[in-house]
Amino acid sequence: MDKGTVLYGVDPLILLDHYEIDYHHSYAQDSPFFVGLTKGRLLGSRCTACGYTYATPRAHCMGCGAATSWFALPLTGLVHTFTTCHYGGEAFLKETPFTLILVEFDGADTLFLSRLKGIRPDEVRIGLPVAARFAKAPAFKVTDVWFEPADRA
Amino acid sequence: MRPVYMISGGITKFAKAHQEKDFRLMVKEAYDYALRDVPRFSKDMIDGAVGSYFSDHFTRQLKAASMVQDYLGLCPKPSKRVEGGGATGGLCFQSAWEAVASGRMNCCLAFGFETMSRVNTWKGNEFIALASDTNFDFPVGGFYSGYYAMMVQRHMYEFGTTVEQMAMVSIKNHANALYNPYAQKAKRLTIKQVRESPMVATPLTMEDICTMSDGAAVCVLASEELAGKVCDRPVTITGVGSGSDAMRMADRPHGKVILLPHERESDYQHLKYPGVHSFRGGRMAAKLAYEMAGIRNPIEELSFVELHDAYTSSEIQTYEDLGLCRYGEGGRFVESGMPFLPGIDYGLELPKQGRLPVNPSGGLLACGHPVGATGLMQAVFAFWQLQGTIGQHLNDEKLQVRNAKRGLIHSHAGTGTYITASILEAT
Repeated sequence: MDKGTVLYGVDPLILLDHYEIDYHHSYAQDSPFFVGLTKGRLLGSRCTACGYTYATPRAHCMGCGAATSWFALPLTGLVHTFTTCHYGGEAFLKETPFTLILVEFDGADTLFLSRLKGIRPDEVRIGLPVAARFAKAPAFKVTDVWFEPADRA
Repeated sequence: MRPVYMISGGITKFAKAHQEKDFRLMVKEAYDYALRDVPRFSKDMIDGAVGSYFSDHFTRQLKAASMVQDYLGLCPKPSKRVEGGGATGGLCFQSAWEAVASGRMNCCLAFGFETMSRVNTWKGNEFIALASDTNFDFPVGGFYSGYYAMMVQRHMYEFGTTVEQMAMVSIKNHANALYNPYAQKAKRLTIKQVRESPMVATPLTMEDICTMSDGAAVCVLASEELAGKVCDRPVTITGVGSGSDAMRMADRPHGKVILLPHERESDYQHLKYPGVHSFRGGRMAAKLAYEMAGIRNPIEELSFVELHDAYTSSEIQTYEDLGLCRYGEGGRFVESGMPFLPGIDYGLELPKQGRLPVNPSGGLLACGHPVGATGLMQAVFAFWQLQGTIGQHLNDEKLQVRNAKRGLIHSHAGTGTYITASILEAT
């Protein structure tokens, strides 16, 4: 139904202009990581030439340019850094406050960004052991995995 | 390469919203101001232009720089748009420098703008966060303040930086702005007020973070011959540098510090660099700019710095990248009082107040951050400082750095992915 035109002002003339779009977002070469999440696996990538390991995967090594291969990351790690967001982008505003962490893993050279749940914001600290949790009903998004304190797992 | 001069600049006052002006009119105002400042200069001396704006989402007008080009009456002269997130303005400035330095143009206009008020603040934050990896970062809770908060948490852990030190940056920049009519958030603050303002992303509060804004700025760059003909006090651009880092913070490697001439490897024996606590691209930009300008010890050889203080934390991190102090000493650097202006009462104990003023204009924290205009705004303030014309342009001498010989401007994109540093000198 045509609801008419919404004006916010007349001098200057300001009107509501709705904009919406659907994308066919392809994970392309990153796809196996997201499929892995649906099976309770956290996949990193390792350079086939120099052995550098990425906790957030990429198909080619940043250092030497060679192809990487997939490997399973441990499902526990440590908080490398953190923040609790009390505001956010509009898409996430309703989820605030939420805690973001970068996770460091034994045997990986880089980090992984995730949410930390199951802990009061003032209890989060760098070095806290955390364990991965996986969504029972996957949305095929990176948020299909999150972390909780390892001692509560 | 040949010498390049800045001969004029202009700024539209940055505001939360300029509903009565679109991006074309904002640029036109800044441009007309710049042209009025050099009466012997005329539009027909401009050989081409580089436009700067960050987000097509905000403007919802693709090729907006083409519309500015025709609005200013510069068609059919050469024109292009430069985009590099928060560093868009700094990259635009350097692109215009390249046009003149290479001999391609005798005069190049750099213009920049952003119109961020057409969506609400939280939609705006979402647009900005789309400048993070949309597979791995954005969906987790895409929010730039959150990213910077994680970076400074690690800085605090590594180096003992405190939230009180961060608050001192906020006090400095908001108080400097009291004497800058172009700034929109001029006020006196205390450490307590900064800490008690609403928490955005721990440990960053509202007063630690700059404001999305509408605004425009322009710079006119010219060859030596043209500068000498039309400008009484041109400023020379003696160094340009830029750097980059991985889009995902999680990918930042741990290696050795990129050293500046006044530093030694033994200064950083145990530092894993850059991690998420430092901006490797900022260090690279500074190193290249200092090498070109022949700067050996920045703290001794610079008169002032206008740097990208989107967050109080990133100002502290940037002191270190620029070599104003060693890595890890940024918090103590602000406590020392060095980056404050002399002659202003900040309500703080500052033993070395005013040795190297940083963000005398009030920076992004107080002026605002209309992304594509910001890096050019810094250039305009630096230009006026080096001309000694701050009093004339701001109607107040208070922010004029005495005997300003050489300034650095620094522009920075999301979590340090693109960074520029440019050196300007009085003639």
